[in-house]
Amino acid sequence: MSGPSNVPPSFSDRVSGTGPQQLLHSRHPVQNQNSSSSTGLRLPSNKKTIYDRNLNRSRNAELGRASFAFLFMEMVSYAQNRVKGIQELEKRLNEQGHPLGLKLLDLLLYRSTPAGSSSSSSSAQAARPLRVLPLLTLLTTKLYPLLFSRPADSLEQSTTNPGEYMIIDNTPLTNQFISVPKDMSQLSCAAFVAGIIEGVCDGAGFESRVTSHNHATDVWPNRTVFLVKFENHVLERERELERAGIK
Amino acid sequence: MRKVFPLDWALSVQWRIWRAKTFLRRGALKLQYVLTVYTLLIINKAGGLVYNRDFSPSPNASVEKISTNDYLVLAGTFHGVHAITKSLTPRIPTKNPTSSSRPSSNPNALNIAPSLDNTQPSSQIQTTTPNPNLPVTGLETLETSFFRLTCFQTHTGTKFLLITDPLMPNVDAVMKGVYERYADHVMKNPFYQLEMPIRVEGWDRAVGQWLGGR
Repeated sequence: MSGPSNVPPSFSDRVSGTGPQQLLHSRHPVQNQNSSSSTGLRLPSNKKTIYDRNLNRSRNAELGRASFAFLFMEMVSYAQNRVKGIQELEKRLNEQGHPLGLKLLDLLLYRSTPAGSSSSSSSAQAARPLRVLPLLTLLTTKLYPLLFSRPADSLEQSTTNPGEYMIIDNTPLTNQFISVPKDMSQLSCAAFVAGIIEGVCDGAGFESRVTSHNHATDVWPNRTVFLVKFENHVLERERELERAGIK
Repeated sequence: MRKVFPLDWALSVQWRIWRAKTFLRRGALKLQYVLTVYTLLIINKAGGLVYNRDFSPSPNASVEKISTNDYLVLAGTFHGVHAITKSLTPRIPTKNPTSSSRPSSNPNALNIAPSLDNTQPSSQIQTTTPNPNLPVTGLETLETSFFRLTCFQTHTGTKFLLITDPLMPNVDAVMKGVYERYADHVMKNPFYQLEMPIRVEGWDRAVGQWLGGR
């Protein structure tokens, strides 16, 4: 995953190795009875672990918005006390989101594989995107619902620069209760979400820089644009894959 | 006497209908401007004014706009008055456990709620507030014929003052909405410093939407 590579690393190798699901199913065969007081991870009776679905079982019982808001508020003030400028603050928030994105990619791919495929590695390679457009649709239609229970509002390509894409969010969760003071007007606290997106892109082998920008409109005062800027070697690889006809 | 009675009765019924009609007509006329919030003030726990905003202008001259400096003085004064009203709560001696006749607090302009604090260490006589289950809150509403001032104090000592039309119903719900928006947009904002004047765009927007149409 590290360094520029023209050939995308094969995902099937990773899955057939020591993926989380492999560990779980080999070490703990089947424990239907939760009465056994063995140490280690207990598998629920329907064999659904937290890798298969969220800890919150029901669809409506989601995390409290206020608790997230307070946690994120502390993250921002923590970062703010340790930086000098706005760029540095955004970078710091971005770095906080990045590892989250790396892990979310694996979770997303594991969950999007068919349910019974965890034991056979042959059918598990359906998921990871090789081209830019599938990656971006993964971001807007898979990652966004996982994080915010709704898809992103829009996905656009820059007309001037071919390697730049824009993911548009009208009501970003991170900015919902945050109003930036006038002297820091360029700051966008959604840099945290940009970091998550960047982590997913990096994890998938698409090195990129993702930044967030405020584009307020009258209807959407918190409208935020995430600018995804892919590195040059990613674009070169994209052209080669296009020639080879790989989708 | 018996012959007169039906006529008298009919007249009185007619008069009642007429009275109800005029009441409704006046109410309907008034409804167009009754549901208004004139001013919102927020006072921090030290007595300093942290937010003031005027909404729809009052039809009465008595609630004219005043300068920010006057608002600051008003906030400080109110803070002091509020502290005084808190200790003015009437108390009843509870020496005799059989005393069942408790004087009900008469609904004056100053509604002072009773207290939990039912012992006075300095005096020998045990006293209690009319309803010991409610904490002492101090001044809650102040009503004149021109406006009504409603005060809501949070657990942390911040006071919200709403100056409304005296006939405005359901001020409690309005106040609750204001408090909710304050908790959301001010207290969850990492750039707001506690006890300082509130300059938060999102709060301005939210509270404007909540109170502007009223």
